[in-house]
Amino acid sequence: MKIIVCLKQVPDTNEVRINQETGTLIRDGVPSIINPDDKNALEEALRIKAAHDCTVTVISMGPPQAKDALKEALAMGADEAILLSDRAFGGSDTWATATVLAAAIEKIGSYDIILCGRQAIDGDTAQVGPEIAEFLNIPQVTYAKKIDFKDGKAIVTRYTETGDYVIESKMPVLLTAIKELNVPRYPTVKGILNAYAPGSDNISVWGIDDLTIDATQIGLKGSPTNVYKSFVPTKSKTNEMIDGLNGKEKAAKLIGKLSDLKLI
Amino acid sequence: MRRKVNQAINLSDYKDIWVIGEQREGKIHPVTTELIGEAKKLAEGTANQVMAVVAGHKIEEEVEKLLYYGVDKVYYINSPLLETFSTDGYSKAIAELILEKKPEIVLVGATSIGRDIGPRLAAKIGTGLVADCTKLEIDPSDGKLLQTRPAFGGNLMATIICPKNRPQMATVRPGVMKKAVHEANAVGIVETVSPTLKAEDIAARVVEMIQSGKKRVNLTDAKIIVSGGRGIKGPEGFDLIKALADKLGGEVGSSRACVDCGWIDHMHQVGQTGTTVRPVVYIACGISGAIQHLAGMSDSDYIIAINTDPEAPIFKVCDYGIVGDLKEVIPAMMEEVDKLNVFEL
Ligand SMILES: Cc1cc2nc3c(=O)[nH]c(=O)nc-3n(C[C@H](O)[C@H](O)[C@H](O)COP(=O)(O)OP(=O)(O)OC[C@H]3O[C@@H](n4cnc5c(N)ncnc54)[C@H](O)[C@@H]3O)c2cc1C
Ligand SMILES: Cc1cc2nc3c(=O)[nH]c(=O)nc-3n(C[C@H](O)[C@H](O)[C@H](O)COP(=O)(O)OP(=O)(O)OC[C@H]3O[C@@H](n4cnc5c(N)ncnc54)[C@H](O)[C@@H]3O)c2cc1C
Repeated sequence: MKIIVCLKQVPDTNEVRINQETGTLIRDGVPSIINPDDKNALEEALRIKAAHDCTVTVISMGPPQAKDALKEALAMGADEAILLSDRAFGGSDTWATATVLAAAIEKIGSYDIILCGRQAIDGDTAQVGPEIAEFLNIPQVTYAKKIDFKDGKAIVTRYTETGDYVIESKMPVLLTAIKELNVPRYPTVKGILNAYAPGSDNISVWGIDDLTIDATQIGLKGSPTNVYKSFVPTKSKTNEMIDGLNGKEKAAKLIGKLSDLKLI
Repeated sequence: MRRKVNQAINLSDYKDIWVIGEQREGKIHPVTTELIGEAKKLAEGTANQVMAVVAGHKIEEEVEKLLYYGVDKVYYINSPLLETFSTDGYSKAIAELILEKKPEIVLVGATSIGRDIGPRLAAKIGTGLVADCTKLEIDPSDGKLLQTRPAFGGNLMATIICPKNRPQMATVRPGVMKKAVHEANAVGIVETVSPTLKAEDIAARVVEMIQSGKKRVNLTDAKIIVSGGRGIKGPEGFDLIKALADKLGGEVGSSRACVDCGWIDHMHQVGQTGTTVRPVVYIACGISGAIQHLAGMSDSDYIIAINTDPEAPIFKVCDYGIVGDLKEVIPAMMEEVDKLNVFEL
């Protein structure tokens, strides 16, 4: 079996700060990490590899720094890593991102499972996985929390708000992982030594010329959606601190106010 | 065959606003009426009609209920192959109808199911999709749809447009838009459509549905929510939270910290990766006010915060704040509420 994992490098949004004056993100000094759901996707691929005979290829579209995320994936146990990096890919929305990733997956070929994270913590759309599946014309199961195989089919438990669905899918299939799927491992010392060995050139880099792709469907120009403006969320709130000698007195004042406003 | 975007289509060929109705096991999901409410708002003062699409089988009665929410038409895509949910079946059937009828705007609920078929639909049709919107407006200058959504974990809001492709598609976060009003009389009609679906089109099918078994909490419709955070110190802290919620006729919410500690079920979680709520009163007890929590409750009409730390960020977004120990403040609040009730008698 061949498994391909799509992995995005993202800024750690817990560390993101906002410049209140300009309303922009301060990215300087913010650590880059492997998108959390994608770590669950990779972990699942490695577990499947341990139980079945298969190889795990990780791919990422991004700037050259995204190699760091791929190195970490190799240290965790992936067999092969490919970075998709080209100016022509810059500014891609989910349509264009999925177009590039699908073209790379087609080039790799003869895959059985594509694993993605459900959602990236920066763009937050959860759209890239299903769009790749459509472009490859294969079935998908999103929000996967348990994955098994039986008689050449994938048996996947997917989360919904009202209870889980167990879905039986033909292969190849694209699955998107949520954090309930597993607990990602840490890289082993041996894995780290191999992945980060000086001079080791273990990541292939593909640009637009390496892919069979319609250049009108990628990058900023090929993206159907555009960011029109962005801003920092603002809230206007009464913001009154209730004072009093003790909790009891404050509680009484609060309930008085809520009652006056006919809220309770 | 793969469709393409940016094919210089004639934008004026597209009209009307469509809502993709979600049904689960034959029952219309509440987000559908929220989408209808929003679609009606967007259609106001324009020639656009509001139409809903529901895919399924043997759910005629449920589909007709939508006519009481003031839609002009419901397309009911009826086929035995659509009786249970499948990404393949639903997205193929709905995409086919969109390609034929050419709506200008298509809204999908950003539930775990809507976020599964939404991108699949957009990719089949050849258009953009804006994720998890919390605000939609029509640009008065040229009629384009301004789609606003949180990104970077709620740290940033972005307004996204889809200028050259149609329909303009968005998934809309549940619990954010106002529900359409239920009218006494039905208007509009149901038009039943048969899809060109074949059994082989469905490559992934549901073989079992596991109901979560637990009592469902309805945070989305609650008028009052009392939420506990790590400051309640342990699972038994929710006894106090629940006592206050019960007294006020509200529901119990939680921060993710308590869910991650296993003190309460994920169903209660409010925030970016939980439920978005907008009750009349939201009472945050022992919750620091992380941006991911605020993302799910900052649209509440009144926010009350109780926290021992005067510097807790939650105080920056609250209407009324009490610096104090919740173990002291909550019982005192309950006593005061009891007093009120006595006066009312
Ligand atoms: C503020 C803002 C708002 C945006 N809103 C929208 C919008 O509404 N609609 C839209 O179409 N685009 C939008 N974009 C663009 C979008 O963020 C990018 O296209 C991004 O490359 C992919 O989307 P995502 O981060 O949401 O990924 P998701 O779709 O959330 O990612 C899901 C999974 O796909 C895989 N994946 C995603 N990106 C990559 C990658 N580069 N390499 C490898 N695997 C990957 C990963 O497995 C990931 O877990 C927005 C961008 C910004 C900055
Ligand atoms: C991708 C991502 C998604 C997330 N999604 C969500 C989400 O959906 N919802 C969510 O809530 N979080 C979410 N989080 C987590 C979020 O960042 C915070 O970690 C979390 O909200 C903190 O929960 P808390 O306020 O209960 O705990 P803490 O931050 O630990 O705050 C506890 C508070 O209790 C106060 N306190 C202590 N003792 C008392 C007392 N006796 N009386 C009164 N106050 C007291 C303290 O002063 C403190 O302010 C997410 C994080 C990430 C990275």
